[in-house]
Amino acid sequence: MTPQEILDILKTKFGEAIVESKQDVQQPWICITPDKTKEICLFLRDEASLQFDYLSCLSGMDYGNGNFGVVYHLFSMVHKHKIVIKTFCAKDNLQVHSVSSVWGTANWHEREAFDLFGIIFDEHPDLRRILLPDDWEGNPLRKDYKVQEFYHGMRVPE
Amino acid sequence: MLQPPTLPTNYTVKPGQIKTSTGKTLRTEEMIINMGPQHPSTHGVLRLEIVVDGEIIVDCIPHIGYLHRCFEKHCEHMTNYQQVIPYADRMDYCSAMTNEWAFALAMERMLKIEVPERVEYIRVIMAELQRIASHLIAIGTFGIDSGAFTPFLYAFIDREKILDLFEMTCGARLLYNYIWIGGVSHDLPPKFIEQAKDFIKYFRPRIKMMNDLLSYNEIFVKRTANVGVLPREVAINYAVSGPQLRGSGVNWDLRRDDPYSIYHKLQWEPQIGKGEMGTVGDCWDRHIVRMREMEQSLNIIEQALDSLPEGNVKAAIPKRIRPDKDAEIYVRTEASRGELGFYIVSDGTASPFRVKARGPAFVNLSVLPEIAKGAMIADLVLIAGSIDIVLGEVDR
Repeated sequence: MTPQEILDILKTKFGEAIVESKQDVQQPWICITPDKTKEICLFLRDEASLQFDYLSCLSGMDYGNGNFGVVYHLFSMVHKHKIVIKTFCAKDNLQVHSVSSVWGTANWHEREAFDLFGIIFDEHPDLRRILLPDDWEGNPLRKDYKVQEFYHGMRVPE
Repeated sequence: MLQPPTLPTNYTVKPGQIKTSTGKTLRTEEMIINMGPQHPSTHGVLRLEIVVDGEIIVDCIPHIGYLHRCFEKHCEHMTNYQQVIPYADRMDYCSAMTNEWAFALAMERMLKIEVPERVEYIRVIMAELQRIASHLIAIGTFGIDSGAFTPFLYAFIDREKILDLFEMTCGARLLYNYIWIGGVSHDLPPKFIEQAKDFIKYFRPRIKMMNDLLSYNEIFVKRTANVGVLPREVAINYAVSGPQLRGSGVNWDLRRDDPYSIYHKLQWEPQIGKGEMGTVGDCWDRHIVRMREMEQSLNIIEQALDSLPEGNVKAAIPKRIRPDKDAEIYVRTEASRGELGFYIVSDGTASPFRVKARGPAFVNLSVLPEIAKGAMIADLVLIAGSIDIVLGEVDR
């Protein structure tokens, strides 16, 4: 199935929740609203003609100027097609609905995005830092990140 | 075929069930124990927090990040695109060639660079040699985890010969910086083809010897069959990849199913676990998939060596890399441990705006709590060994 057909199916099913899409790029993507991610991903996984059973990668993004996002790279092992789903959120409301109940692999990826970007995933079963120590300050992959001066009395190198 | 061992059906002892000879009831409770980060069988600095009920694991919580070296931050802040390659080397240090290749491939697709055919062949040869070297470590250390020390030494003797081949090509034995964006750093040295063919001739009987010594050894089979079963649906739901996914009986290999480079021109078969010694997706299946993949890799190398074309390996290396503004790409390759993907976003400058590395070991490890629940403590070591994690890639 081509990305355009997938977009058409999603538009008829969800309407308003599909914000925008870009089809004339190397890897076409569809943008959805952050509060509907779980609903739409569940549909993408279970609909017989789509069957996106494999969440390949989930990446947090900081686009600068307070714009954040999450990018999902989905593949179907059954139909062998792929799609990129994006969702955008602003710095003052960094809330995205978790998809870890849809794909188990999202659990750790979402924890990583929480750790490095500070994106909050609603209804995530275990939202803790994963790569950094629990008492680290700030989210290092943010574009406006400043490294803390001391950590437990040790000077942190620039 | 061996019979599966009979396990006691009632694992949990409820509080108040155990009575002493005088009729007093004993209090029992769950216990939390800590394994790692300094533990020989966690293959690096991995800490597992285990909740046990007697010998049975009730819950297992992995704690990672002890080896975090800010790969993604370095990519954004301190490097040009070309300078990412040595950092990518250091992610999965047991399989550096495949890491470099994944990043180079992603950039080539983004910049639409056509790589000379000789380069593609050299890369396939290097990646498959690397796959054998990496699988040898996995198999050797898995042998140690199960109590067999000798196969580890044999595996390292053979790995050494592959490292010699790498050394004569690019001078390095572990972290190569060999595969560059658009080409490779050196052409093959004059005697490489001869020596590689000698290695193939030498290594085929060694695989058989390793199978006799380890894979079909009765103690080893009893230790690994029916242990740590990962069902097919769980594996796909957790996006497990590589030998671990194929061990669960899923016929999926990115070299065939999302083809890149020249793999479509070569004859080889993905190997899947069939549950020959126990259940599909147990530790033995994951082990035997690696053993059989090494033979397939030898086939690939043999074909590639025979049809190696001539050409200039540095012809397509770009001097200046400036991708389009807002160009982005996700490229996935079949590394030794599974799907290694890079998601790269450009902002039009000489260094990446965002690089996300989707490491196979990171994702494969995330399924560990699912497999470990209900297993014995002694089996946890085996299960972690059969996943074949490299903490450098888990933590990045």
